[in-house]
Amino acid sequence: MPVLCSCCAEKRAVLKRPKTGHSLCKECFFCAFEEEVNQTIVSAKLFKPGERVGIAASGGKDSTVLAHVMKLLNERYNYGLELMLLSVDEGITGYRDDSLETVKRNEQQYELPLTIVSYEELYGWTMDAIVKQVGLKNNCTFCGVFRRQALDRGAIMLKVDKICTGHNADDVAETVLMNVLRGDIARLRRCTAISTASEGEAVVPRCKPLKYAYEKEIVLYAYFKKLDYFSTECIYSPNAYRGYARTFLKDLESVRSSSIIDIIHSGENLSVREGVKMPVQGTCNRCGYISSQTLCKSCVLLEGLNRGLPKLGIGKHNRLHHKILSRQPLSEKEERKLKSAEF
Amino acid sequence: MAAPIAIQLEFGGGAELLFDGLKKHHVTLPTQTEPWDVKQLLVWIQRNLLKERPELFVQGDSVRPGILVLINDADWELMGELDYQLQDHDNVVFISTLHGG
Repeated sequence: MPVLCSCCAEKRAVLKRPKTGHSLCKECFFCAFEEEVNQTIVSAKLFKPGERVGIAASGGKDSTVLAHVMKLLNERYNYGLELMLLSVDEGITGYRDDSLETVKRNEQQYELPLTIVSYEELYGWTMDAIVKQVGLKNNCTFCGVFRRQALDRGAIMLKVDKICTGHNADDVAETVLMNVLRGDIARLRRCTAISTASEGEAVVPRCKPLKYAYEKEIVLYAYFKKLDYFSTECIYSPNAYRGYARTFLKDLESVRSSSIIDIIHSGENLSVREGVKMPVQGTCNRCGYISSQTLCKSCVLLEGLNRGLPKLGIGKHNRLHHKILSRQPLSEKEERKLKSAEF
Repeated sequence: MAAPIAIQLEFGGGAELLFDGLKKHHVTLPTQTEPWDVKQLLVWIQRNLLKERPELFVQGDSVRPGILVLINDADWELMGELDYQLQDHDNVVFISTLHGG
C-alpha cells in the first residue's frame, strides 16, 4: 500500500523525514527542505543584501545541494546576493581532478562563476607530492590545515564578504562528538556556531546554511532533483578518528533519528565554566593568518615540508618554533625526530 | 513456489565502488519456496554481487546505517524495509551517504 503525503494528502509519499517523522511527496519535500534552509538563513541573519558570497564547492553532494539551493533562494526571496563558486584543488590525481570536473559542470548548470585555487600555486606542494614525503599516516592533517587557509586566500582574492560551506547537521553533530572525545574545549565551544565572526583581515567570515539539514535529506534532495554530484573516497587514507565518530553517529541515528539534532542542541547549549584555559588568538608572525602560536599551523607544516622534516607540524613541537623563526639550526636529535615518515 | 523475478538494482553515492564501479545491475532472482523480501535480497546481493569490503554495505541482517534504500523511488522506511516483498520489475536503489565531498 503506498503511503500518502502527510502534507498535501494527494500524492504518494517518497520519504520519511528523519527530523519530523513526516511522510512527504516529492514536491512537498522540496518545498519543506528549501523553506527550512531559508528559515535558517533568515533567522540567523546570515547575509545582507548586496553582499558577495563565495560558495565553497567540492563537487560533492553537500556543496552541490548548497549551490543549487543558494541560487534558488537568492532568486526566490530576493536576498540580493552576488554568488560565486570557490573550489580548492588539493592536487590529488584520480580524486580531486575528477570532482573538479563536476564543479565545472555546476558552473554551467547554475550560471555561477567559478574560481579554483590550488595547493600547488599557494604552497608549492600538491597533496600527491606531500604524501610522497610524509606518508599516509598524517597527510589528512596537512590537507585539512591547508584547505582552511586556501579557502580564505581564495575568498580574499575574490573580495567576497562571506564564504558559505556545505556542512550539514550530521557533520556538525560529528564535530561536537569529536571535540568531546578529544577534550578540545575551545573548538567544542565554537563548533556549533552557524557563522564565524570576522577574525581579522586574513580570515573571511564563514557560515553553514545547511547546518540543520540532515544528510539523508540532502542526499535524497540531490537524488530526486537529479543534481550532478561526485562521490568517491579520497584515495589517501581517510581520517580514521572521524570515521569512528561517524559510524557511531549513524548507528545512533538508525535507532533514534533525532540523535543528530539532539547532539547539536547539546553542543549549542554547553557553556564553558570560567577559568578554563583557552588559547589566545593572535596572528602568525610569518604570514599574518590567525594563530594561537607564534607561527600558524600552515606555516609550520610548510616549513617542515620544505626542510625535509615532515613531522615538524605533527604533535607538539611548539618550543621549536622560535628556532625555525630565527632560522637557527636544529640539533641532530631534533632533526631525527622530525624526519621519519610513516607509510 | 514463487516464480523467478527480474529486478533492477542501482548503487550510487559511492556504494557502486563496492560493486566493480557498476551502477546498474539487471538481475533475476531464482525460484524459491518463499516470496523474495528485501532481507533475502541483501543476502543474495552479498553472495552474488558484492565484490569487496562487505562491512561497508551490510551490518547484521540489514544495510549499514548511512546507506539509503529506495524501492521504486520511495524511501524503504515507507515500504516495510526488510520485510517488503519484491515484485517482478521492481527497482531498488542503494545510495551511500558515507562519502564526503
